[in-house]
Amino acid sequence: MRMALIAGLLLALAAAGTAAASEQHPNLAELERELICPTCHESLAVSSSPIADRMRSFIRARIAAGDTKSEIKSKLVDQFGESVLAAPPKRGFNLLVWLLPLVGLGIGGAALAVLARRWRRAREETAPAGPSGNGRAPLDPELERRLDEELARFDA
Amino acid sequence: MARRVKIALQAAAVLVVGLLVGLLAWQVVRTDQGRALSSKVASGQKPQAPVFSLDRLDGKGTLSLADLRGKAVVVNFWASWCAPCKDEAPTLEAAWQKWRDQDVVVVGVDLQDLTSDARRFVDRYALSYPALRDKHNWTWGRYGLSGLPETWFVDREGRLVGEHVEGPVTAEELDRNIRIALGTA
Repeated sequence: MRMALIAGLLLALAAAGTAAASEQHPNLAELERELICPTCHESLAVSSSPIADRMRSFIRARIAAGDTKSEIKSKLVDQFGESVLAAPPKRGFNLLVWLLPLVGLGIGGAALAVLARRWRRAREETAPAGPSGNGRAPLDPELERRLDEELARFDA
Repeated sequence: MARRVKIALQAAAVLVVGLLVGLLAWQVVRTDQGRALSSKVASGQKPQAPVFSLDRLDGKGTLSLADLRGKAVVVNFWASWCAPCKDEAPTLEAAWQKWRDQDVVVVGVDLQDLTSDARRFVDRYALSYPALRDKHNWTWGRYGLSGLPETWFVDREGRLVGEHVEGPVTAEELDRNIRIALGTA
């Protein structure tokens, strides 16, 4: 258990280190994946439109000038608006894009929980009283007593 | 209790679906408003030109279409990477030189572009008419643009008139539609 925790912690630290390195020293390929061509609305990684070529040149120049990933994206947002970002920023109205799926999952989960509880209760109400019930309704106690007497007499 | 939870869940689901449908409808209506302008002008109607106020490309303040009321305005949408925009740039500059003393203003609106590229374009073609920078693509949907370049003509009352030219505008189209915008055709 302890080993798993340590391994998880090390993995998290490695991921954070990679993210920090990518922020400080971005490369063209990763920025292309995170940006959208404003004319064809395809990922910059696959777009061959003239403005996509110009954007790549701009990104190369900014990387060479030592800009961080955030700075480059911020400069492109200033030029083309937030629609140039492949993933909308997690603030303001755009927050809906991130929150709505979670809200949907929450509502779906709650609905499933309610339904599951109801199904279980319905099954418990119709379930046999004992292990020998075989799904049939239990006998009336008086009838059961009489049946036992008859069987005892028969055995005798 | 279970019934109350069920009603709350149903209400939440209806609310979320309603919100999404509302957003979709808003987007469709907004886009259609721009696209409808072209058919209105083609059928002889004179819809009001969507008013914009944009930064000048040279960084010297902003220019609003509303400030040009009383003049005929040629609104040309362009970008530096667009090949036909390069073809029509000298034609637009020539029209500006020809008509500028007769209550006519040519306005270039640069979209989907890098500001540095757009400035180089203006310098390269020696464009002296006002060039504006629409950084956030505000005019694209409002004017129902489908590509670049496109040109609209606005009369003295701020209404769209004449032809909506999609593709590079010619000197003849400019002269003909400027006269319509001035009311002298």
